[in-house]
Amino acid sequence: MAAGRIVVVDYHRGNLQSVVRGLEAAGGLVTVTDDPTLIAGAAGVVLPGVGAFEDAMGFIRQGGQADAIMAALGEGTPFLGICLGLHLLFDRGSERSSEGGPSPWGGTWVPGLGVLSGSVTRLPSGRLKVPHVGWDQIHLTDVGQRCPLLVDVPEGGNVYFTHSFAVDEGVDGTLVAARTHYARSFASCVWRDNVFGVQFHPEKSSAAGLRILSNFVRIVRG
Amino acid sequence: MLAKRVIPCLDVRDGRVVKGVNFVGLRDAGDPVELASAYDRAGADEVVFLDITATSDDRTTTVDLASRASRELHVPYAVGGGFRDVAGMARMICAGADKVSVNSAAVRDPSIITSAAAAFGSQAVICAIDARRTVRDRDRWEVYVAGGRTATGVDAVTWAEEACRRGAGEILLTSMDKDGTKDGFDLALTRAVSRAVPIPVIASGGVGTLEHFAEGILEGEADAVLAASVFHFGTFTVRQVKEYLASQGIPVRLDF
Repeated sequence: MAAGRIVVVDYHRGNLQSVVRGLEAAGGLVTVTDDPTLIAGAAGVVLPGVGAFEDAMGFIRQGGQADAIMAALGEGTPFLGICLGLHLLFDRGSERSSEGGPSPWGGTWVPGLGVLSGSVTRLPSGRLKVPHVGWDQIHLTDVGQRCPLLVDVPEGGNVYFTHSFAVDEGVDGTLVAARTHYARSFASCVWRDNVFGVQFHPEKSSAAGLRILSNFVRIVRG
Repeated sequence: MLAKRVIPCLDVRDGRVVKGVNFVGLRDAGDPVELASAYDRAGADEVVFLDITATSDDRTTTVDLASRASRELHVPYAVGGGFRDVAGMARMICAGADKVSVNSAAVRDPSIITSAAAAFGSQAVICAIDARRTVRDRDRWEVYVAGGRTATGVDAVTWAEEACRRGAGEILLTSMDKDGTKDGFDLALTRAVSRAVPIPVIASGGVGTLEHFAEGILEGEADAVLAASVFHFGTFTVRQVKEYLASQGIPVRLDF
């Protein structure tokens, strides 16, 4: 594999063109693949967000992509999870698409990759409509001010969201680089070491999104 | 605060942009992806491609369009028109569409919404509803299908509720009475549906002035406003619309 190549993990739920195009526009060399060997050996890994938690976890566990991602993370490879790709980093998600077997947390939890500790839960639907669809603002935390993914991303900038689930409020604050307030306050960007996750879609977020993808490409280059 | 969205709609036939006035009298207005890109740069929050080549079984042109759009656009886009089954919708999602919009097929078989939501997630499934005020009761609206040609006898508000229960993530609501008139949205219809469902409603049909856009949101209680000809023919730019909405206290995205 050529040096500096970013692998976009294909879990066969479509819609990766815009992520690829966004990374390429940011100067990245990009390969889309479901091949665990290529994922494990990548210079950077992007796990995009399409589909549902349980379905996606099932696919990447069976296909070996989950192990490959864990191997890459073990090497300190820069990782960017987008939307569902961010959710999968956490211990568990409450999104369940079908009846499955017992999980350690009871009937409705689905185990995630467990790279970051915390849960992913549904946004409460009350006065505000769920799914949270559209352009909303990200508010940088103190952690976010230092986060290399958010360099030159303006406080309060508008980015594009489309989701019903988000990182639960109980998450460790030191992981939270940006917050967004909709239905409840949730982490719209998480960061630990070389592991980054965004709840919004940078590839659909116009100029601010391209800035974030450029930052990730720069992080991968080291 | 979640920004209210301004969405240019591009009616597409055989890979080219057209705009129907009351769905007849079509005028050609260019390459859809080029036009959508221009809207993207101008600050459109999203773009809707509506394929009105609905009678054709050959969707290759539209799949190509979705694929090109995924490479050229940096904002989300939806593709609608002529879907018959989930497989057809899946092809569009795989080509890169963020959302698919289903209309007639869902009225015929509502389970298509259930299946599509299970396959792609609710956020990717728009239920488009074309509605017209009933003659007997002016406070009721009937769903029309087949590009607004065929009455169904189905109540628009009831249908929106069912679509939502089945997992639709948004309602794209077009007033057949207002479409093409430039008289403004059917605000009563928009409000009735917005209040009935806990999912976003996109108001469509009838915009002629800047005030109409604001009314759709403030009085119609819509989450997004969609228009075609006022943008195609340059009556307003997207920025003009957003600046006007902002001046009315409506949260919009202006950092583009």
